[in-house]
Amino acid sequence: MRADTVVTGMGVVAPTGLGHAEHWAGTLRGASAIGPVTRFDAGRYPSRLAGEVASFVPEDHLPSRLLPQTDHMTRMALVASDWALADAGVDPGRLPEYGVGVVTAASAGGFEFGHRELQNLWRHGPQHVSAYQSFAWFYAVNTGQISIRHGLRGPAGALVTDQAGGLDALGQARRQLRRGQPMVLAGAVDGSPCPWGWVAHVSTGRMSEEPDPARAYRPFDTEAGGYVPGEGGALLVLESEEAARARGAARRYGRLAGYAATFDPPPGSGRPPNLLRAARAALDDADLRPGEVDVVFADAAGTPEEDAIEAEALRTLFGPRGVPVTAPKTMTGRLSAGGPALDVATALLALREGVIPPTVNIARPLPEHTLDLVTAPRRTPLATALILARGHGGFNSALVVTGPRRPGRATTPQRQESKPS
Amino acid sequence: MRTATHRRAVITGIGIVAPGAIGAKPFWDLLVSGRTATRTITSFDAAPYRSRMAAECDFDPVAEGLTPRQIRRMDRAAQFAVVAAREGIEDSGIDRGALDGARIGVVLGSAVGCTTSLENEYAVVSDSGARWLVDHSYAVPHLFDYFVPGSIAAEVAHDRIGAEGPVSLVSTGCTSGLDAVGRAADLIEEGEADVMVAGATEAPISPITVACFDAIKATSPDNDRPSEASRPFDRTRRGFVLGEGAAVFVLEEREHALRRGAEVYAEIAGFASRSNAFHMTGLRPDGVEMAEAIRVALAEARTDPSAIDYVNAHGSGTRQNDRHETAAFKRSLGAHAHRTPISSIKSMIGHSLGAIGSLEIAACALAIRHDAIPPTANLREPDPECDLDYVPLEARSLPVENVLTVGSGFGGFQSAMVLSGPGARGGSAA
Repeated sequence: MRADTVVTGMGVVAPTGLGHAEHWAGTLRGASAIGPVTRFDAGRYPSRLAGEVASFVPEDHLPSRLLPQTDHMTRMALVASDWALADAGVDPGRLPEYGVGVVTAASAGGFEFGHRELQNLWRHGPQHVSAYQSFAWFYAVNTGQISIRHGLRGPAGALVTDQAGGLDALGQARRQLRRGQPMVLAGAVDGSPCPWGWVAHVSTGRMSEEPDPARAYRPFDTEAGGYVPGEGGALLVLESEEAARARGAARRYGRLAGYAATFDPPPGSGRPPNLLRAARAALDDADLRPGEVDVVFADAAGTPEEDAIEAEALRTLFGPRGVPVTAPKTMTGRLSAGGPALDVATALLALREGVIPPTVNIARPLPEHTLDLVTAPRRTPLATALILARGHGGFNSALVVTGPRRPGRATTPQRQESKPS
Repeated sequence: MRTATHRRAVITGIGIVAPGAIGAKPFWDLLVSGRTATRTITSFDAAPYRSRMAAECDFDPVAEGLTPRQIRRMDRAAQFAVVAAREGIEDSGIDRGALDGARIGVVLGSAVGCTTSLENEYAVVSDSGARWLVDHSYAVPHLFDYFVPGSIAAEVAHDRIGAEGPVSLVSTGCTSGLDAVGRAADLIEEGEADVMVAGATEAPISPITVACFDAIKATSPDNDRPSEASRPFDRTRRGFVLGEGAAVFVLEEREHALRRGAEVYAEIAGFASRSNAFHMTGLRPDGVEMAEAIRVALAEARTDPSAIDYVNAHGSGTRQNDRHETAAFKRSLGAHAHRTPISSIKSMIGHSLGAIGSLEIAACALAIRHDAIPPTANLREPDPECDLDYVPLEARSLPVENVLTVGSGFGGFQSAMVLSGPGARGGSAA
């Protein structure tokens, strides 16, 4: 039998809040953070809404020497890493020398930084390009900067599978734990809205052009008309149960019980998409049956075709209205690789508190989807959550978390605060 | 922990796009010839730059069988990857019809993804930088695939192999090419796939990449003698020379390969990565973390340092790297560091960032196949600080069973892999 992977800490930087407590409170309130883009002038683009982390002021959290060499999303990632390690009660200096690895997912790297340097190059010439460009933009930047900030010298990883990466990073971290690594800091913080990145999002044709924040991103709704991008995400401290016990870890949010990734056949092949198979394989990996899943955190793409594929997968797996389904990302927008990582954090909090957070702004769910879509906080005992994610081009990932109170292969006893009040 | 699992990953196919050599056979011929493929940049006017050289691929996508639509859609890095994957799949002799797509995956490595196309599109939508923004709709409709380079792995998954298992792009800077193959081996060993198309690609020779390395003086300024500019371990070395290319392998679970009678190049016997947590671009001279990665990779492979027949060095030719690496070899291999031959193929094909780790794995697999090791070109004045046997100028013939290859990159990442010949490690069907 394989060792359990437990989550012992989390760091959240999200449009819905700084820190997991603020994020959870805002999410339960159904307080959407989608609004007009403020980080640049979006007036000349057809889509002008985003989920920004409005209250994040880098100078409040980071030494000034780090600011010139980092993109905005790297600054958020560094702060999330600080909070995750603190939450886990970890002082990396007291752990074995190569005891902590770092795995992050990225979609486009420090793209705002990269755009600025492209402008310097093309307008002013090569000698005006920043000495930091060689590492501030590239996709591994968060992994490297987090490793350096905390002295984490274990295995490094950085994955690019668009949004699915938020789950794939956790899957890779779990693989490292199974190979004997005691601890891995993993997840994704991603996706700062910036002018050049916005052009790339617009080019997909899947971005919402609706100007009303309450109507712009409505997955599974009869009027689903695209997505709204956002920024932020979550980093989790993952440990083998053995290592967590050995260091006397104060808490377990839950277990990372199952994971799987699949890829879609090419469009027009006549073969079905593989989101369903990813979900099934993740449940198999967790040794759980569909009937044991208490809630699904949906990918919730927000376009009619993609929503239909996900709804059909859920219907096939669970039956019509067979499981509560939620998409709290309707409050944040889609945070690139950060989104699914944040969903995992939110799911773990939901398990702990015994409340399913809501999907907002869904006025008229499409009846054909036959989903039990949770549109107001629902209090119910929760032991197991399935999180789904898809990346542009055919990436599907699924991850199963089980809470501390799940019967059977339970983790060690939890503090009483984990019970719902 | 690697040997605790029953399943083992072996290389059964190799495909190459490299400077001076398209295809695995010409690639090996180039490496053992000791010729260099570094030259003055031809793909754009590099006159305003400090370093104006690169090792470029003479790559004609039409001649390589890509359709006009594919050529329009794919960044050069994706084109390299698809062409190399086709060769690797053909070389493996694998019968796709006999396989379940769900058991096939893809992992590709790349440090900078589709950067060349992104820069071109930036120039289009900004009137060559004069004005932001002329019109967002001037950009190509598939711009998002350049923005998020997981698309490169997707292209390979769809092209020939029809992978419907785990597909991903690994982007850990200059160790991507090692880390991608290490990850693919993990997925096979953990039972998540039976066949992985795995490797790495890079096409970074564009103004922004050249400028960013100029800014930190990492690349060589010896523009007057481009064919001799990449001089790893030489006293006169002045930095690396940018390269490009791809190497893509077919990796299979060993029993799977043996059952179908495949010819095995090598087994991925051990792999490890560590971070120096020191500096995004700087290295401490002691090489401690690289030595640790080597130690763990050897332990996974259950291989004693004295059994290593050849070390394929990172050998980038920067002042700090070659010293750092020499220290790491001494620390991890002990006295054997002074006995084993070590060489850097970057002396011939430059440093193709995320791709080079896979090109170097290919060099190692071919060294095992041919019982020969490529030289370090341009090594005429040994650096007293780099006092090991770096196989200067000329290839050597000798029995090669166990090989160590290492990589070091921005972010502080250090990776090491041990490859073993098909007969080296035994097993139920050997």
